[in-house]
Order: sequence, then structure tokens, then C-alpha cells
Amino acid sequence: MKQKKPVKISIRKLYKIFGSDPKSALEHVKAGVGKPDLLKRYGHVLGLQDINVDMRDGEITVIMGLSGSGKSTLIRHLNRLIEPTDGKVEVDGEDVLAYGEKKLRDLRRSKMSMVFQKFALLPHRTVLENTTMPRRVRGEGGQATEDDGTKWLDRVGLHGYGGHYPNQLSGGMQQRVGIARALASDSPIMLMDEAFSALDPLIRTDMQDLLLELQKELHKTIVFITHDLDEALKLADHLVILKDGRVVQQGEPQEILLHPNDPYIVDFISDINRARVLRVRSIMEETDREGDGLAGEVDADQNLESVIAISGGDTNLHYRVMSGGQQVGLLHMKDLVRALVPVDAQDASKRVSAA
Amino acid sequence: MATYDGVIEAVGLTDWCSVEGAGGPMTMEELMAQARGETEAPDVNLWELPFPSLDALNQSCSVIPRTRDMTDAVEQGFLGIKDALRVVLDPITTPLGWMLDLSLQFFQAVPWFIMIPFLIAITWFASKSAKVTALVAFSFLFMAFIDHYVYAIQTLSIIFVCTIFSVVLGVPIGIAMSRSNVLQRGAIPVLDMLQTLPTFVYLVPLIFLFSVTESKLYGIAIILYAIVPVIRLTDLGIRLVDKDVIEAANAFGMTSWQKLTRVQIPLALPNIMAGINQTIMMSLAMVVIASLVSAPGLGVLVLRGIRNLELGVGLVSGFCIVLLAILLDRSTKAALSRIDASGR
Repeated sequence: MKQKKPVKISIRKLYKIFGSDPKSALEHVKAGVGKPDLLKRYGHVLGLQDINVDMRDGEITVIMGLSGSGKSTLIRHLNRLIEPTDGKVEVDGEDVLAYGEKKLRDLRRSKMSMVFQKFALLPHRTVLENTTMPRRVRGEGGQATEDDGTKWLDRVGLHGYGGHYPNQLSGGMQQRVGIARALASDSPIMLMDEAFSALDPLIRTDMQDLLLELQKELHKTIVFITHDLDEALKLADHLVILKDGRVVQQGEPQEILLHPNDPYIVDFISDINRARVLRVRSIMEETDREGDGLAGEVDADQNLESVIAISGGDTNLHYRVMSGGQQVGLLHMKDLVRALVPVDAQDASKRVSAA
Repeated sequence: MATYDGVIEAVGLTDWCSVEGAGGPMTMEELMAQARGETEAPDVNLWELPFPSLDALNQSCSVIPRTRDMTDAVEQGFLGIKDALRVVLDPITTPLGWMLDLSLQFFQAVPWFIMIPFLIAITWFASKSAKVTALVAFSFLFMAFIDHYVYAIQTLSIIFVCTIFSVVLGVPIGIAMSRSNVLQRGAIPVLDMLQTLPTFVYLVPLIFLFSVTESKLYGIAIILYAIVPVIRLTDLGIRLVDKDVIEAANAFGMTSWQKLTRVQIPLALPNIMAGINQTIMMSLAMVVIASLVSAPGLGVLVLRGIRNLELGVGLVSGFCIVLLAILLDRSTKAALSRIDASGR
């Protein structure tokens, strides 16, 4: 199994309440008043409630939820575009909320970059000028900065578009500029706020592939916000599901898929193609014993769809599961078929409690 | 007997009113009544009951001041603070006077065969529009041909200086307003007042403050009137800048100065330019009225037309003002659309 990486961003007991007097409303929330009651009785909106999330170095943490779940509010707490009502946000062990103006600016300039849903490029600047913006904000400039900007534009597939203006590009290309801009700041953390939600489905898939490909070589700590479960499952190393400002479940996406702990999540995952999302490693029997009558070898990270294709639909077969050239377990096709059946929301025995 | 004697008695103020020596200068009505040999106001019936105004009450009770006493007091009050006000305003406004005089001298000193091609060239570089450039060329040649060139160039020189002052003062004020809601709430009524006050009215206190021969007098009047749109549109333009772009600027750690110069002002520029266009048009409107207080230019001719009933002079100079207005408007708008088009 994978070794756990060090925690890069740690959120502890984070609360956000919108309204005229959030401090006193916080007391009510801590005393157990829920979101609808807080709005009705005290006229305050509960944005986030007791959020505890660890985001690990070099991983993609996806925060998923429907609109109004507080996911965009949450990501803005990381670089303090929104100030929390209560709680702690630590980056590399330092409390971001204790930062003064200058340290906060340094954090935003060199440690965290951001990609926006509506791209938010400077319309009066060329694509290259937009890309080099983070560096010029830091006071850098000159040929080296331009070369760096051009390099990142090439890297996101926009070779030769440096002299164009953003409005001359399509939505997908504009978001590529947005990503190039974030990468050009050379920050270890990238915040992506519904970065692909405004794009049409095919381009969205392209962009997801681009992000995964970049991540393979850059190993940034990425915090990705989305309302799209397929996107979340495709990108996430760590998945956090938000509802009404609370974390409903978090963990490895495969784990959540196999053991959802809330009817809300069961509803959510009932429509997806499980064979495409589930991986062999999540349903295999972990063992190093030699199995009998093996039909062949499969990779631990293969999805079930491909295994079904290999087996030709025969449910009596067994496969050896390999990872890095070594056996890590055995896959029984009967388990595979069982895993394809969605967890029934009514069946309490299938629902494990949150760890 | 005056109308309100009974009321004064009824309220029990007779003693208070009977203090002598409160009467001010005689009003025209009193003087005429005296001349007609009337000593008392005639009895009035109910239909002619006067409103209990200061004047009417004064007839019954001499302690109550008359309206002319009140306006007199306002005048005295103004004259009282005039010297103090001058000490403050004079040094501030002196550069304006210098600029106006200097630019008038300069514009008139440059011979026409340099000035007209120069103006045409500027128009071309600003607008890059052959039509607008042709309009400017035609207008100036026409005005020169009918001997209105000097007047037109004087008017233009005043507008030039006043617009520069309006922009230099107005843009920072507008920026300040866009950053503070309190300031905006305070400034908007003042701007409303400046825009709605009849232009003649704010010439009145200015005439008291500065002598009519000083050029800064009309300079101040023009600027007060013309500065409003550039302030309003700068404020509006900056407030209308896309919130997402501002958020991005924040997220990448821009200081507020970087945000202002790299994001807000460039994105507000079309609005600011529209404000400058309006400012130029309003300076032109005001410069005509300012000829009442010795501003030179085409307005002087209009004034001559009115004073001496020289219909032709008034109409032709009025036409020249229209011509000037059209060419200023078209060339600034052409320049504005060029800014809009670049990089958007």
C-alpha cells in the first residue's frame, strides 16, 4: 500500500458564519443550533461548520458538494480571501490566520496560486502578460520571466498564442491560460475553484487529462473544488464531500464508493458507472498465497471495466493482481460482480460509520 | 393698522414688539406709500390676506426683520468670511490663473499656419479616423475664413486648461470615492448640487471672492461645473470592474497600489474616458456663460449679439460653438473607441 505523505495544509475546527454578528451566532452553532434554525431564529447564514481536513503534500484533494454546500467558501479560507469566524488553517505547520498583511501577501505570491471558474484573466493584457502576472506582481521581470511564461504556455498547449488577448480565445483555451498563470507562479499549492465547470464536457475531459499529466511530473498540492462526481473520482487522491457546510465523509474515493456512510452520498453515487471508477486494488483479496486455476494477471490500478473485457464476462475466473512487478493479491470475479451492485441506502449493514 | 396686529396682541407680544429703533431701511413699497400720502396700510379683506411673511409681520411688529434685512445679513456674513476665504483660496487657485493666461498667450502666439495643421495632426493621431480629421480640418479652416479663428482658439485654450485641471483633480477624487462608501455618500449630494445649480448662481459668490478681471474666476466656475462627470464616471468605472478579476488580483498577492494601477484603472479606462468627454462638453457649455465674467472667446461674440441686438454676430458665433462642440465630441469619442477596441 502507498505510504502516507506529510500533511501540507491542515484545517482544524473551521467555522464560518455570515451575518452582522457572527461571533455570538457561533455560540449558538456550538450549542447545537442547525443551519435552518440559525437562519430563521438569528438571521445568520451558516457557511461552514466544524471542518477538519488534512491535505497531503503532492496529492489532489477534491472537495465536492452541490451549490450552497460551502465548498467555494472553504477554498477561499486557505488563502484568506475569506476570513473565518473560528478555527485554524495551517500551511506547512504555520498558522495562516495569524499572518499579518505582508506575510499573507507573500503566501499568496509564492506559496499558493489559484485557478478560477470564470478564468478571471486580465482582459487588457495579452495571454503572455497574463501568464507572467504572478511573477511581475512579485517584482520580477525581464527576459527570464517572459521565457518562463512562454514555457508554461507551451506546456499547457498554447504554443504561439502569447500575443493574443484573452477574448480572442475559446473558454477552454482561456482556462489553459488560467492554469499556465497558476503554474508560472511556481507555488507548491494550487487552488482550483470549479476550474473546469464552465467548460463543455469534451473540453472538460481534455483539461482533466492535462491536469493529471502535469501533476504526474510536478507533484503540486492541489485543492480542487467541483460539483461533478465523475470529475471528483477521476482526479481525487483524497475526496471530501461537503453538505450544508459540513463534511459528510472524506477519504480515498474508492473507499467512499464501496462504503458510503450517508444516504446523501448513496444518492450521489447511485448513478455512476462503478465498473469504470472502481479499481482492482479496492476489491481484491490482499494476500500473497498462490491461487489455484489462475486465468492470468491484472494490474492493481486497472479499472473493473477492463478486467471484465479481459475475462469475457466469465464470473468463475480468478486473477493474480500485480503492482510494481510483485503480486499484491488475488481477484475473484464473483467479488467483482458483487462490487458492481450499488450499496442500498436502506441496507444499514452495508453502511459503515465514519472513521 | 397692519394685518397681523391682532395676532401679535393675542399672543401677547405687543410689549416685545414696541421696542423702538428696530426699523431698517425703508422698502420700496413703504416709500411709494409715503409718496402717495398714505400713512397706514389700507384694511384688507379676507381674500387679500397676505401670507404671514417676514415683511407682513414686520408691519405689525418692527422687531421682526424684513426679508431684505435677511438677504442683507447673508451678504454681510459672506463679506465677513470673504477675507478669510481669500487667504485660503487665493494661493490654491493662483496656478489656475497662471495656466489660463499662459495657455491663452501661447495659443494666440502660435501662428495659424502652424496651429491648424498641428490640431489636425493631433486629431489624426488620437482618432485614426479620416472622417473626424476631415471634420476638424474643415471646421478650423471655415472659422479662420470667417475671421472667427482667434475667438475659437481662445475658447479652445480655456477648455484645454480647464479639462486638464478637471481630470487631474477629478480622477483621484473619483478613485477615492470608489474606495470609500462613506465618502461616496457624502460626495454625491455635492456633485448633484454642482450639476443642478443654475450656472449663473455660482458666478455670484465667485464675483465677490475674486475680481472680475482675474482669469481664475471663470476658470473656477468652469471647473466646478465640468468636473462632475469625470468624478462620477471614474467612481462608477472602478466600482464596475469585474469582481472575479479583483479576486484573482488579490489571490496572486497584489498590493492595493498594484491592483489600482494594473487592474482597476485600466479596466475602468473606457468609463473614465467617457467622463472626460462629458467634461470637455460641459466646459464648452460653461465657457460661453463665463464670458459674462470676462472669459474671452466665442462667448464674447454671443454676448455682443445679445447686448447690441446684433443678430448675425450672435448666430454665426453660436454656429461656431456648435461646430467646436461637434468636433471635440467626435474626436474624443473616436479616441475613446480606440481605447475600447484595444485589448478587449
